[in-house]
Amino acid sequence: MEPLYGPLSRSIRLYEVGFHEIVEFFYKLAEAADILKGEDRPLPYAPAKPPSDLLEPVEGTISVKHGFPVFQKGGVVMDVTNTEQAGIAEDAGAVAVMVLDKLPYDVRRAGGVARMADVKVIEQVMEAVTIPVMAKVRIGHYYEARILEAIGVDMIDESEVLTPVDEAHHINKWAFKVPFVNGARSLGEALRRIYEGASMIRTKGEAGTGNVAEAVRHMKQIMNEVWRLRSLPSEELLRVSRELGVPSQLVEFTAKLGRLPVVNFAAGGIATPADAALMMWLGADGVFVGSGIFKSRDPAERAAAIVLATSMWDDPESVAEAQRMISEEKSMMGIDVRKLKPEELLQVRGAES
Amino acid sequence: MRVGVLGFQGGVYEHVYTTRRALEEVGVSGSVGIVKKPADVDAVDALIIPGGESTTIGILAHRTGVLDRIRERVAGGMPVLGTCAGAIIMAEKVSDRVLGEKSQPLIGSMSIEVVRNYFGRQRESFEAEISIEGFEKAFRGVFIRSPAIKSAWGRARIVGWVNYRGEKVGAVAVQDGLMATAFHPELAGDTRIHRFWIERALAFVKK
Repeated sequence: MEPLYGPLSRSIRLYEVGFHEIVEFFYKLAEAADILKGEDRPLPYAPAKPPSDLLEPVEGTISVKHGFPVFQKGGVVMDVTNTEQAGIAEDAGAVAVMVLDKLPYDVRRAGGVARMADVKVIEQVMEAVTIPVMAKVRIGHYYEARILEAIGVDMIDESEVLTPVDEAHHINKWAFKVPFVNGARSLGEALRRIYEGASMIRTKGEAGTGNVAEAVRHMKQIMNEVWRLRSLPSEELLRVSRELGVPSQLVEFTAKLGRLPVVNFAAGGIATPADAALMMWLGADGVFVGSGIFKSRDPAERAAAIVLATSMWDDPESVAEAQRMISEEKSMMGIDVRKLKPEELLQVRGAES
Repeated sequence: MRVGVLGFQGGVYEHVYTTRRALEEVGVSGSVGIVKKPADVDAVDALIIPGGESTTIGILAHRTGVLDRIRERVAGGMPVLGTCAGAIIMAEKVSDRVLGEKSQPLIGSMSIEVVRNYFGRQRESFEAEISIEGFEKAFRGVFIRSPAIKSAWGRARIVGWVNYRGEKVGAVAVQDGLMATAFHPELAGDTRIHRFWIERALAFVKK
């Protein structure tokens, strides 16, 4: 059979190893790290590998946590602030909703400290839709994350859109049963977050601008850095891993796969079906849309159109059909990233640790 | 045998990887491709509907005309393996554990009743051993916000169960060339379910 959507062998989405081998790799990495740290470590680095013969069901394993985002691939996660928006997102075909107190565009305008959303609102959304519900916590805020885990949120976004509480440390995500997604602008940031236990990476882009330029830059940066790794001899990989601040095994494994070893979405400034298709073409596994939908004047149509364009990105006719479903005059106005002052950029938050 | 994986959303490439391995192990010459348009459905002998969000996959398959085409092909005997969301899309009767009956586009060709989000939310997702008729050793199943197969009638039969905190819950069902699993065999690194389905499917593939 002729490959229908380009040769599968060259697709960045077809891993060279099976999912279980990726999980196995993380267990080995955790074991090595635990031996190095010794017995008196304050937190377990990662859950122990379940025995080969299970008598009881076991929750929170790496297969279960890293498996969750696998089933978000090809989909659109939509930012919502209430149950009505969540219903529109579900009906449009969103794979999940992300509950926020304010859309990133409004966070930017409001200023002040941006925190986790209202627990009651998150719970209302969880009761209103059948699709997964995500919510954001501030970078380094263990207790916002513990609260979201306790109420049963399906995935936690440790997000630069909210005001960080710890500039030096991110959350040790291995210590949670619920999977995490983290933003990244470069391979180093992505691999550090993965080493801390992130089950999924997304580009940071520049949230709340309606301008996809920064997401494009970050996706290309990560892809280019991965491709560069593939041409390096192993002693060079060792040097790179020291520079990036992660174990060499993780860098070698990434080089071998030719992509990040976890699901990698695009986020930050996606406002139209064409923006979403562009990010998929650049190699994203799926997209997050923040202000782009509910800051537009045609949210229901736009949500459905972005879902269609994200899934059918490799069929230009379908993307054109999606683009026809919206009208440009109803798009969010957007902000030119170059006009933002350095202190107004959200993407630099948590980048150095 | 030309196997297609419904490629709108979800664990598509995990099935491509596992099916390629399974075809090789069974010794069946074949290919694996991605299906996103009605014409793609006609270009395959058998189809896999992967895990993902069943609402998303259903909406896209409906909009593109693929859903109707699959339903016609299934009526004509095309074998299908549906995993997790795929099992929901195949099922004649679907409800949500919390929200009850909700309308969503489905194929509905398999005489089974499936309950969405049966075990709870992602926090309650788990790994467990599944006993399957005819399998010598248990199969390690990864259940991610998985449904349960509550009942089967007509030509459909439940053939695999998970022992979930004392409750025996249906996890695998077959009906001629159709097979549904509540969990994700494509994540397991164990090709037995894919091999089992391919061998069953061969009998139903039109020469």
